[in-house]
Amino acid sequence: MTQLALVIDLNVCVGCHACVTSCKEWNTSGAAGPLCDENPYGADPTGTFFNRVQTFEVGQYPSTDTVHFPKSCLHCEDPPCVPVCPTGASYKRKQDGIVLVDYDKCIGCKYCTWACPYGAREIDEQQKVMKKCTLCVDRIYDTSLAEIDRKPSCVKACPTSARLFGDIHDPESEVSKAIRENGGYALMPEWGTHPANHYLPRRKTHLKIHKDELERADNPLKVDGQLPKPGKNEPTLDDVTSW
Amino acid sequence: MNPAFSVIFLTTLIGIGQGLFLALFTQQSYALFDLLPHQDARFYGWGSLLALLFTTAGLVASFFHLGRPERAWRSAAQWRTSWLSREVIVLPAFMGILFLYGASHLIGLDPVLLTLPSGLGINATVILGGIATILAFALFVSTGMIYACLRFLQEWHSPLTVINFTLLGGASGFTLATLYATMVAPTQTGFLGGWAIIITLLGLLGRSSSLWRNARLRPKSTLQTAIGIKHPRIVQTAQGAMGGSFSTREFFHGKSEAFLGRMKASFLLLAFALPLLLLASNLSYPSALLLCVAFVSQFAGLLAERWYFFAEAKHPQNLYYQGMS
Ligand code: SF4
Ligand code: SF4
Repeated sequence: MTQLALVIDLNVCVGCHACVTSCKEWNTSGAAGPLCDENPYGADPTGTFFNRVQTFEVGQYPSTDTVHFPKSCLHCEDPPCVPVCPTGASYKRKQDGIVLVDYDKCIGCKYCTWACPYGAREIDEQQKVMKKCTLCVDRIYDTSLAEIDRKPSCVKACPTSARLFGDIHDPESEVSKAIRENGGYALMPEWGTHPANHYLPRRKTHLKIHKDELERADNPLKVDGQLPKPGKNEPTLDDVTSW
Repeated sequence: MNPAFSVIFLTTLIGIGQGLFLALFTQQSYALFDLLPHQDARFYGWGSLLALLFTTAGLVASFFHLGRPERAWRSAAQWRTSWLSREVIVLPAFMGILFLYGASHLIGLDPVLLTLPSGLGINATVILGGIATILAFALFVSTGMIYACLRFLQEWHSPLTVINFTLLGGASGFTLATLYATMVAPTQTGFLGGWAIIITLLGLLGRSSSLWRNARLRPKSTLQTAIGIKHPRIVQTAQGAMGGSFSTREFFHGKSEAFLGRMKASFLLLAFALPLLLLASNLSYPSALLLCVAFVSQFAGLLAERWYFFAEAKHPQNLYYQGMS
């Protein structure tokens, strides 16, 4: 079983929105038609996006952390949005676990958005069908692209490599290792949706130095300078430093 | 959630249709066992056509909810998993049998199809009515389960949702049946009015229980679980769009708490208190005019009730759309 997914490293995301624009560019130019915008140059521009970067401020000034938080469909392993769809337009692919919408079947009833706790689906207000992240399914299998380009658009665009892409069911994949070794977690675990996408937390490296470590154990009198050379037969603490 | 008028009208209108049919068939079942006088076939016939009118209006309203109504036929496909799909199948089935039930009364095609050992003859309309009754309840369950099955909408995820859809649809249908009887079969007003009072009281009990329950819910999801950061103070400063998005339009009603409170008070008054008063007075002083007021008030009250039902549900996705600066 394969479950393709993104792993997003909140420790390195700088909130530049490169993934958002790259996603929009790729997905609005594809065979499935544009991701429509409304009033793009008006007072209240709005439109269809698969991926959005949000920003949260954690903590109270002055000890605050600004966390940039990219959010797209998490391709849940147990997706609540799929069984509720009355037409079968929403489905989860067996071969790679990608959750997709068939735009030719969708009736735009929006019931699936009610069933997604993450707000990951957006209706296209012009085409009146439901849209969401496809993990660039029209790109990752395209053999006319160089192998290195067969990755989701957002992953390719990220300047800080905050986005990893791979199979989370393969324990040796880059994404599985990243989740395992860096405390990767899922969003809203309380609903049992088992999101495939994972997030890596903020990580700070702390070096804890105990007080007694500031003092050399073999120099209790804090004498500066060379120690007297011990006799030839005397035991030393440290053969190198004691003379 | 942001209440959608198409769905508000769909659920209230078909509820009236189902309730009205159930009222007529309850009367016919009593009459079958000679507990009540059998009415003229036209009483059942025109009554069912009236019920059909309401369900049709509801069906029409539902199309306004769809982005692509021309593909609506596709929505019957996933009946194995989707309650919405089940509703889409049961509603026309109910309407079809309801039509046959009314039509066979009106054209007088009502042969005795079988005779019970007790010598009681079972007519075609009794069998059709029995099937329609099952379908009416199946429709209440499907409609209610569309909402009750969404586990993270905690306000809806309760058997009370299904119970209330059934009781409130029944109450409004029986009130309409009482009004209808006052005009065409005055002898039946007391019987139907009595049931209308009982069901409205039960509906008040059910709806108050869900109000009581929802006021005490503790949300399972918090901003901490939504973004996975453990800190008591997290403030959103950007949500990825400046002019709003589908997620802000579909899931926020944008009304104040005070407005919600007024909505709640008005539906308690219009859907329950006033109709109960008028139905009770009708038992001693029958008046078609007052019953008409009772029905209109209850319908308006149920529209407000349904609005409130949507508005009071807080979707966990709202956690990701708390603010921008
Ligand atoms: S994130 Fe939402 S839309 Fe995506 S699979 Fe999970 S429930 Fe479905
Ligand atoms: S909006 Fe489309 S994909 Fe979503 S439940 Fe309705 S038919 Fe299915």
